[in-house]
Amino acid sequence: MLEITNLHASVGDKPILKGLTLSVPAGEIHAIMGPNGAGKSTLSNVLGGKPGYEVTAGSVTFRGEDLLALDPHERAAKGLFLGFQYPVEIPGVSNVQFLREALNSQRKARGEEPLSGGEFLKLAKEKAGLLKMDMEMLKRQVNVGFSGGEKKRAEMVQMGILDPAFAVLDETDSGLDIDALRIVGAGINAIMRSPDKAVLLITHYQRLLDVVAPDKVSILAGGRIVETGGPELALRLEAEGYDSVMA
Amino acid sequence: MTTATLPTRRDEAWRYADMDALARLGAGALDVWKEIALAPGEVRRHAMVVGSAAPELHRIRLDIGEGARAELFVTNAGSDYTRVEVEVRLARGAHFEFGGVTIGGAGVTREFVTQVVHAEPEATSNQTIRAVHWAGATGNFLGEIKVARHAQKTDAAQDFKGLLLEAGASANAVPQLEIFADDVKCAHGATVGALDEAARFYMMARGLDPQAAQRLLVQAFIGDAFVALEDEAERETLLDAAVAALEGAKL
Repeated sequence: MLEITNLHASVGDKPILKGLTLSVPAGEIHAIMGPNGAGKSTLSNVLGGKPGYEVTAGSVTFRGEDLLALDPHERAAKGLFLGFQYPVEIPGVSNVQFLREALNSQRKARGEEPLSGGEFLKLAKEKAGLLKMDMEMLKRQVNVGFSGGEKKRAEMVQMGILDPAFAVLDETDSGLDIDALRIVGAGINAIMRSPDKAVLLITHYQRLLDVVAPDKVSILAGGRIVETGGPELALRLEAEGYDSVMA
Repeated sequence: MTTATLPTRRDEAWRYADMDALARLGAGALDVWKEIALAPGEVRRHAMVVGSAAPELHRIRLDIGEGARAELFVTNAGSDYTRVEVEVRLARGAHFEFGGVTIGGAGVTREFVTQVVHAEPEATSNQTIRAVHWAGATGNFLGEIKVARHAQKTDAAQDFKGLLLEAGASANAVPQLEIFADDVKCAHGATVGALDEAARFYMMARGLDPQAAQRLLVQAFIGDAFVALEDEAERETLLDAAVAALEGAKL
């Protein structure tokens, strides 16, 4: 579903990704772990198409298409979802308004009929329930006044509503307490665990992987994937640390 | 009687005005004032969209009686120079609410000039102005607040925010406070900035195209000016006129 080949990317003049190659087929949940500064967030930003990240070499193919040739909103309409490490606050815009416009923009780009207000609210209510989030929160402004944990849960509600084929989740577990971690993990499973979907799960910690069992685990270090294995690799990292595993 | 001459830019209140457009309008336009007096306790609200393909000057004088309340909301979105001037006199315990938006490009100047006189004690005023400009356009807010010597317990607020969608556009805010009473609250704030790129990217990552993301962000930005406008239909009219002016704006 997602094929990354020899990807090089820079921020400003600084090369961050230095020949990253990774393949994530449909049905797979693939965890990316790595030390600070390895390029994890750069990878997710490059996949999302964030301005300021320049791809200097390599390719990314998503469902057979050149992902890098698409604008961020086109990537979303093709089924890519980027879960933000730091979800952005948008004063003056309610979650409901934002997400309905976003969903209908995606549907329009795919040649589908827009959802009516009633249909949308029904969908939003169902997905909010999945993440144990009160509908009242969705009527509030996007992420404004939300705690760190609420922002991450709101991200997953967004993911549920937009129903992507592929999710890149950048440290979705950071800032979550134990209960919220379980809720978010269960949400990821419910929304994305499917033979025709896939997830790139970027995380520092094993604890999210206890809830969302990955099929594969890769270590990103120095801008490249240095090792790929099964779930046991994450356990080894947790027990022994990056230095010993990568040595 | 006709005012013989046009003002010049040396006059503080006309400092950022488009003098060529004013000349096209003619000196006679300066004599046209809409005078409105509110009786004690009266409540009156007016919402209007101003601006057209020709220069416009709107001069309004409001005399707000004791305990009365006047609300004025304006979308200033002309494709030529458009200036709205409001002179307000507040009696004891009266309130003046003003929400204004200047929006547009095409090198045009759009401005609000207010003078709010708190002539008696315990009056309040609140002004919220938003300016959204691009393509060499200018948005101005010249806001004067005068608090008379005995107008204790005055509470006056003024809030201006400018959003410039590209380099070359400008926004000018000139707060001018003259306070002769000592037990008063007068707040004013002015900021000018660009569109929040992080928010725009966030919206695009969720599927909104660049136009839709910009429209939502601008809508949210100018919405502050009309928060106090309780009539939803009137609020929609002013917001729609502002958003319509955004068509063709720089992305």
